Amino acid sequence: MARKHKRNIVPFGPQHPVLPEPIHLDLVLDDEKVVGVIPSVGFIHRGLEGLVEKWDFKEMVYVAERTCGICSFQHGMGYCEAVEQIMNIEVPPRAKYLRTIWGETSRLHSHLLWLGLMADAFGFESLFYQCWRIREKILDLIELSTGGRVIFSVNQIGGVLKDMDAEMLKHFLDVLAEVETEVREIQKTFMLDYTVQSRTVGVGVMTKRQIHACGSVGPFARASGFKVDMRKLGYEAYPDLDFEPVISNDGDCYARCDVRIREIFQSIDLIRQAAAKIPDGELAIKVKGNPDGECFARIEQPRGEAIYYVRGTGKKFVNRMRIRTPTFANLPGLCEMLKNADYADVPLMILTIDPCISCTER
Amino acid sequence: MAKVKKSPWLLHYDGSSCNGCDIETLACLTPVYDAERFGVVNTGDPLQADIFLITGGINTQNKSVVEQLYQQMPWPKVVVAVGTCACTGGIFKDCYNILGGADQVIPVDIYVPGCAARPQAIIDGIIQAVELFQRRSDEHEEKKKGAAHGHHH
Amino acid sequence: MAIIIKKEPEQKTITIAELLPEVIAIRKRGMRVCQICAAWVNEQFELSYSFANDGNYQLLTLRVVIDKDVAVPSITPIYPSAVFYENEMKELFGVKVENISTDYRDKFYRIEEKTPFGPESEGE
Repeated sequence: MARKHKRNIVPFGPQHPVLPEPIHLDLVLDDEKVVGVIPSVGFIHRGLEGLVEKWDFKEMVYVAERTCGICSFQHGMGYCEAVEQIMNIEVPPRAKYLRTIWGETSRLHSHLLWLGLMADAFGFESLFYQCWRIREKILDLIELSTGGRVIFSVNQIGGVLKDMDAEMLKHFLDVLAEVETEVREIQKTFMLDYTVQSRTVGVGVMTKRQIHACGSVGPFARASGFKVDMRKLGYEAYPDLDFEPVISNDGDCYARCDVRIREIFQSIDLIRQAAAKIPDGELAIKVKGNPDGECFARIEQPRGEAIYYVRGTGKKFVNRMRIRTPTFANLPGLCEMLKNADYADVPLMILTIDPCISCTER
Repeated sequence: MAKVKKSPWLLHYDGSSCNGCDIETLACLTPVYDAERFGVVNTGDPLQADIFLITGGINTQNKSVVEQLYQQMPWPKVVVAVGTCACTGGIFKDCYNILGGADQVIPVDIYVPGCAARPQAIIDGIIQAVELFQRRSDEHEEKKKGAAHGHHH
Repeated sequence: MAIIIKKEPEQKTITIAELLPEVIAIRKRGMRVCQICAAWVNEQFELSYSFANDGNYQLLTLRVVIDKDVAVPSITPIYPSAVFYENEMKELFGVKVENISTDYRDKFYRIEEKTPFGPESEGE
């Protein structure tokens, strides 16, 4: 018997406990089921791409880094990559390795942060605190080597600004060994705990086909068996390192958790490899001239593929800088995933794409 | 109200920040820095909050949200602006969509500088806010007593 | 050692009439829409449609250069996930895009200024 349902629109956010950031979605509900999602952008929209008129191409590194405080280093790196490709600058090998090490360290801190928020989303507060306690060790490493905690500003066009000596690299490896043991402990809880499983297994399933149709990227795509990782493009020191993209096949919240935890171990491994191979040499080369031309640089951020487009016209100020962030690419996937979801699962499902609102809105 | 400074509640709202100050604020409330040892509890409810901690600049969209959150908080209240963006607009000052720091729309009592503000600085700001909050509550109490007294005669 | 596939990105400039047939051909090759963006260069809009082949990591960019008041057809009938990029292009730059599957009508970006990166606001 057909029953007439009344559809309601429920706003999700801007101030929602699941995220510290103001996310904003309008959910179309049919009773308790979500039938439609309307995302919109604006609470953190600054229009930072417009700052190219006020800051020259070297200073824009600092603006790019402040696109987002979580993947800050990688934003700066992606922008530098794009400008360096336009200007045909070959970054010294040591700088490439240092960028790789810092990039992977920031991936570690991002994934641990996400794991904590995830634990908080299903109400496991002590697990949340454990994840953030481990994350503080990573932040201490970052602070020790760069001076900053979340925004470390060590990139410049043509190289990096700071060096790491052998002693510091050894300290990195020692701390990472501790972190690895501790993450193995929390991995057990995330993967084997019955109550955690009851919230994550079979929730928010995305098939490989759906992922491809929505153009999703990053761990969200890899959790559905979509083997795509931009580090394979071979920027920075990645051509010298041995790794395979981490994938899982189930495509549910559990799989996404699994992929991110295994990526933590992958990042630790990559830092070990890079620390063993890092060559001596200069940190940066001098940059002459202004960028003239255009380039799309793609890098793999903690949340997935990010694209940096820079269009220079031979002037000190570039004409256009565009950042296509991973969360923006994951929006269609998010809408697809939330369709037919239970309203109660919505916060958890949103969290599993690891949304970064300040990236998305720029 | 004698010892309110032992347990003020804190409301955190992210203006249009890059997230850096927000995760540092969260880091203040989690192990290692742990601002909760000063009795501070993070709440999501403005109606029960005493200290309003705002990060990031003000843009055209969140202006009314910030104003509303501030108005919903009962007096006495203290506003802490965390990070350069919340203080002045910071690196995004020149963006077309940014109006400036938090003091463009609400009165700010304590400014915590830094990009991103360090946990030590944020905790220092919170402690100063707690002191100010105690002072304001005492004054508020006095005023209430005075008013009640005046009413009797 | 890991195998690194480094395919040079490809870019070609096409006309508006060629856009949809090209996109259909790309769709048949199973590529994913990566990003769409606009830029205001030399008094003209440069639209870039980037597609990625995730098998060999190749990036293919279609470039359409149009005058200010010329409308482009939407590619959302072919790639539904392009909807947010096209709305962004429309609202921030003022590019006229026709037949977007979900047209937000200037409600995707909740901003007060109209087309902030468009030609009008750049009058120096």
